[in-house]
Amino acid sequence: MIAELGHFALILAAFVAVLQAVLPLWGAWRRDPGLMAVADPAARIQFLLSAFAFAALTHAFVTSDFSLRLVTLNSHSMKPLIYKISGVWGNHEGSLLLWVTILAGFGAACAAFSSRLPATLRARVLSVQAMIGVAFYAFILLTSNPFLRLQTPPFDGQDLNPLLQDPGLAFHPPFLYLGYVGLSVSFSFAVAALIEGRVDAAWARWVRPWTLAAWMFLTVGIALGSWWAYYELGWGGFWFWDPVENASFMPWLIAAALLHSAAVVEKREALKAWTVLLAIMAFGFSLIGTFIVRSGVLTSVHAFANDPERGVFILAILALFLAGSLTLFALRASALAASGVFAPVSRETALVLNNVLLSVAAFVVFVGTLWPLAAEMLFDRKLSVGPPFFNAAFSPFMIALALILPVGAILPWKRGRLGHALRQLWGAAVLAVAAAALGWTVQTGRTILAPAGLALGVWLIAGAAGDLWLRAARALRRLVRLPRADWGRASAHAGFGVSVIGIALMLAWTVEDIRVAAIGDRFDVGGFSFSLDAVEETQGPNYAATVATVRVARGGVPVAVMHPEKRFYPVARMPTTEAAIHNGVLRDLYVVIGDPQGDGGWAIRTYIKPFANWVWAGAILMALGGLLSLTDRRYRVAAGARRAGAAASATPAE
Amino acid sequence: MRRLLPAVFVAIHAIALAAPAPAVQPDEILPDPALERRAREISALLRCPVCQGESIDESDAGVARDLRLLVRERLAAGDSDQEVIGYIVARYGEFVLFDPPKSGANLILWIAGPAMLILGLAVMATLYRRGGRAAEGGAGDGLTDEESARLAAILERGETGGGDMSHGGTGGPRQ
Repeated sequence: MIAELGHFALILAAFVAVLQAVLPLWGAWRRDPGLMAVADPAARIQFLLSAFAFAALTHAFVTSDFSLRLVTLNSHSMKPLIYKISGVWGNHEGSLLLWVTILAGFGAACAAFSSRLPATLRARVLSVQAMIGVAFYAFILLTSNPFLRLQTPPFDGQDLNPLLQDPGLAFHPPFLYLGYVGLSVSFSFAVAALIEGRVDAAWARWVRPWTLAAWMFLTVGIALGSWWAYYELGWGGFWFWDPVENASFMPWLIAAALLHSAAVVEKREALKAWTVLLAIMAFGFSLIGTFIVRSGVLTSVHAFANDPERGVFILAILALFLAGSLTLFALRASALAASGVFAPVSRETALVLNNVLLSVAAFVVFVGTLWPLAAEMLFDRKLSVGPPFFNAAFSPFMIALALILPVGAILPWKRGRLGHALRQLWGAAVLAVAAAALGWTVQTGRTILAPAGLALGVWLIAGAAGDLWLRAARALRRLVRLPRADWGRASAHAGFGVSVIGIALMLAWTVEDIRVAAIGDRFDVGGFSFSLDAVEETQGPNYAATVATVRVARGGVPVAVMHPEKRFYPVARMPTTEAAIHNGVLRDLYVVIGDPQGDGGWAIRTYIKPFANWVWAGAILMALGGLLSLTDRRYRVAAGARRAGAAASATPAE
Repeated sequence: MRRLLPAVFVAIHAIALAAPAPAVQPDEILPDPALERRAREISALLRCPVCQGESIDESDAGVARDLRLLVRERLAAGDSDQEVIGYIVARYGEFVLFDPPKSGANLILWIAGPAMLILGLAVMATLYRRGGRAAEGGAGDGLTDEESARLAAILERGETGGGDMSHGGTGGPRQ
């Protein structure tokens, strides 16, 4: 019954979305305030309805209602509660329902926070937001209905893929979707601005917080996924340049570019057309990502052929929105005249370079991701594009970005002097060189990766610190009173540096040991002494496990007792590896137990992963930077003024 | 994260192909460390034919193990790295190469990024030249005389080591 109500609510939400898409747009054209006013309540009602549908599906999963096809396929009564809930989005239909619910949520939030927007712009933004909604409601209801019943419900379900029964992956998709879908708001603003034919500083100030929020969620989502791969796949890899990863990485890169170019529009009223184009492309890449993941076209052409209906549908959505918005852009971009002019050496130029590098990097990922498909269609060649290509073709752009970032961050707007800026950063440069020298001395092999990564990372971190210090006019007491946006920028830039150090050192200095160990054996890896004390069989809530006890000491001093596990999930008949990881600031110890060997020993894989946590600490710092900027005074002031119910004035909050 | 793929479109069958054995096994390792290191480097470049974007070095699948053993067998027989890779490609096709050969149509793939960068920089340069001409044409660089004077004063202050609050991203003086 509740499932049927959920289904019904979803259909209603689709109809409300149709109204929200059509009436306000027409109203804005006719300058009819009554029709435009439909947008606000419609956005809220649409969200309530889709949230109810989502709650109904969650209810079915939590109560293990196996009369629902989706629950039977993806759940099991023995599963812990948290994975019953995460099972809702651990499948195609449910994840799409989450997608539209978040989309409607962003629409409702947009309606709630935008009462100070000019009426026509607001009506158009909410209308475009609803158009995206209509397309996805249609997709769900016509091809991927999550509320289908089974004629004869089974006694129990087929369980969720055990790899997904993990806290990291439980929250990875919602964050990723918050990011993907958050970019829809930037897209709606861009299309609305094109219809209006007007982009100004106030527009950029509205777009930036939404982009920031989306980028922040994407950062967290990507980091969660990479962290999960690190501890779950059993050998400590954290990034694979897999199509699905690339699908989330491309919008992240473009959103990062958009954040920076929107800053130029907000402060200097330049780069308007480019910023609108980026906003369109950012969401375009989200849609492309959704298409890649949903259709399965890139894993194998066969996966696409198995389910052509869904793939073609989402391709049609993609084509419609991209072609529509880009056509609109081509027609109207000339109306977006820039007024701010700037010199070749200026912060604007640095931000343009940032945009060029980030966009080209995203383009490289895009080409590399789609090349196998193009090669198969055009040249009938089945080939692969993997990490060797991406590492070689992508990294140079990131290195260039890291090199210019600290300089660009302290250049003044309009016109600056390069020599002056560089002189202000000499301390950071010295630190970077010193770090590289230290790295070169410490390492045993002769790889350039570690010293170069250290130098770049320290340059970024010290540059961010120098940026704050200069902003505070070299006075400690002024440092704490700096606007949060300044702290946010420094935090995000330093986070980039922290991640660079983590990635470079982990790749360059990881020590690996693969061996057979009998119980009682002792072996040394990277200066640590490991001993395999015991291997036991245990029983989890819905799996059986082989658990080893490994004691680690260094120079006779105990460091850790670790318990690597091998699990077997009987319902899905799948094994998983649960590596034991001892986290440290400078290194992780990483132990995996493998199969029993013929002679009574066990295959044991041991890794020392230097600076592993820095990879994700950097991502957290970047997301934190986004959060700090998002809570900056100028956004809060705008919200406060709205709450105070000040007469609806169209002047932008300063 | 790579295994999120099945998460989202439920391709569980793809994972079911994977045997429980994790990646490189102790019994596969060659006694000669130099040879083993080459084997690992080659393995990282070869794609497991039945997995989703895993190299044979990382994969748990049975065919990946066969390929790892094959690589080591060829190395032990004295093949060069290129000969080993050629041997595998001859049997399993171009598909197993993670590093697509830099020849023929694949050149498009390799050139796309640098070409785009050059294009971007060229567009930038054109815009600056056009902007520069506009400035000479009397429209100025968007600065009124008063602004120019203020800018000069600000730069002056920055030069003498004084703080320069106005080059910030804070949107000017705040109340």
